[in-house]
Amino acid sequence: MTRIFVTVFAWAVLFFLVAPLLVIFPLSFSSGEILTLPVPGYSLRWYEDFFLTERWLDATKNSFIVGIATMIIATVLGTTAAYGINLTNFRGKTVVLALLSLPMVVPLIVTAASMYLAFSVVGLANSLWGLIVAHTIIATPYVLITVLASLQTFDPNLMRGALSLGARPVTAFREVVLPLIMPGVAAGAIFAFATSFDELVIAIFITSPGEFTLPRQMFAGLREFISPTITAAAVIMILLSFILLFISEAVRRRGERLTAGKVKQ
Amino acid sequence: MSKKSRISWLLIAPLLALVVAGFILPIGYTMVKAVKNPEVTAALPRTVMVLDAWNGQGMPPDSAWDALADDIEESRRGREFGAMTRRLNFEMNGARSVLMQTRRALGSLEPPYAQSLPVTVPELATPEIWQLIKNNSNPFTASFLLRAVDLQFTPDGRIEAVPPGTAIFLDLFKRTFWISIWVTVICVVLAYPTAYYISSLSNRAASYAMLLVLVPFWTSILVRTTAWFILLQREGPINAGLQAAQITSEPLQLIFTRFAVYVAMVHVLLPFQILPLYSVMKRQGTSMLRAAASLGAPPWRQFLLVYLPLTMPGVAAGAVIVFMLSVGFYVTPALVGGLQDQMISYYIAFFTNQSINFGMVAALSLLLLVFTGALILIARRFVPGLGSLKAG
Repeated sequence: MTRIFVTVFAWAVLFFLVAPLLVIFPLSFSSGEILTLPVPGYSLRWYEDFFLTERWLDATKNSFIVGIATMIIATVLGTTAAYGINLTNFRGKTVVLALLSLPMVVPLIVTAASMYLAFSVVGLANSLWGLIVAHTIIATPYVLITVLASLQTFDPNLMRGALSLGARPVTAFREVVLPLIMPGVAAGAIFAFATSFDELVIAIFITSPGEFTLPRQMFAGLREFISPTITAAAVIMILLSFILLFISEAVRRRGERLTAGKVKQ
Repeated sequence: MSKKSRISWLLIAPLLALVVAGFILPIGYTMVKAVKNPEVTAALPRTVMVLDAWNGQGMPPDSAWDALADDIEESRRGREFGAMTRRLNFEMNGARSVLMQTRRALGSLEPPYAQSLPVTVPELATPEIWQLIKNNSNPFTASFLLRAVDLQFTPDGRIEAVPPGTAIFLDLFKRTFWISIWVTVICVVLAYPTAYYISSLSNRAASYAMLLVLVPFWTSILVRTTAWFILLQREGPINAGLQAAQITSEPLQLIFTRFAVYVAMVHVLLPFQILPLYSVMKRQGTSMLRAAASLGAPPWRQFLLVYLPLTMPGVAAGAVIVFMLSVGFYVTPALVGGLQDQMISYYIAFFTNQSINFGMVAALSLLLLVFTGALILIARRFVPGLGSLKAG
């Protein structure tokens, strides 16, 4: 009896989680202008509108520019910092770690407002650079977490071995450490990209129409008048999250195999 | 310092520099802005100097009038004048129009202004506006922080409650707190049986079921909110469905209500509760339950005395994340809620983008930050390792 109840309850909750996302799909292919079900007929007009309107294309381009730049900078800075943190038990380590993880804990709205106020003073507001800096800051903690986690299974003797055989430190890092912590680095990179690609609150504060990202453009659309083009944009974003989820799961599996292999040895 | 720790620091330095310059300093700058008060001194330096010698009782000396005239004459084209009038109007409704009137009148008046000004601008003949200028010549002020808890300074410097009509912030904090509590409770109630069910499935089935949690988790918050925004419309699918099934005859007002805020926020935050619960339950397994059962405990005792305490870390970890995220939530309530359902974050955005008042932005941010900080400190006692990265 309890078992049946739990099963029904759980499936109801899972349905609640997924159904709203599924509803967007038929709506985005609707031929009508009113967002309701059942749709009057199917067409690609809203996708056409998305791919032919400059606003949407620019927003998509900006999102990719900011997302990729954030991913690269956050991954490089986060990975080197994680390696440095893992290397020794230096004094002040806990303070440094707490400081670096602060962007994850501070409410995003406070971060966004503060960045807006401070970035305006130095001319970083209303520029894609400002947004890249902001996104890098909120994305690096995730890179730190994933890379630190994979460094825990890394055997430092391997690095010592490489160095004693005459490899330069940078070469040794690239050839020995990096391949082994790659799953962590890749997971962090994907997360950094996803964080930037989805981020809206900071974008609301520090971008003006020329620098709108895809979520920012959608938000503007929802506030003004709601055109079904938004559903097409939403579907495109859902598909992208699907791809990111797929890659991250593949990376995670590979990572599990790597660690599992190590245990067997 | 050993050579190795020098290398450590060298590797951490770039990220640390970025975080300090782009995050810590901006937050610090904002916190200082919550108590800064530069506008009046910047726009009216001479007046402030004269009023400094005045004890605030009765009318100021005649030289104050000439100083005010000089200051306004000087700053009339700059930005300082506007900033100062906005600042004073925040303290006293109507101060802005008095000063604008004064500026307009000065074009045609002759000194000594102590005689000519009060004729055209009678409000200047009362001590209030002079007291206001004097009180705000201090480079720091507690006004914004007081206002953020519905208190204000009177012209003669006492602290009093703001008039009932304008007192919004205490309610706002209470509302933010209660909405977040309810969202957290609903998330726990929905997530617990769900996570339990998934953890009881075979590995293969569980990973498919988890996909239904992970897909929404990876989908942007805005997209999920958009989905609800569309679903809850007056002509939207839910109302259409209810009418088609003849449950209601009229479309219900679903969007822009508290109900919409709860539904959409729970939808957005639920994965954050399911994920930690699932990982705890998966690790835990059901062996303890079976042990309890074999010792003769009835199912409710197995659950209450064995399973629930063992899975409590998952409940706590998820609940803390859900609560902390709700407290600072902006996008979802802003889109699907009405004005009566907005939380602190809405007013932070409002004072930044619409009614430009950076002092209030800073004061509300400071309070929200203190609130979250206190929460983390409390939560850390129950959930070890929270809010900081663990290494080594």
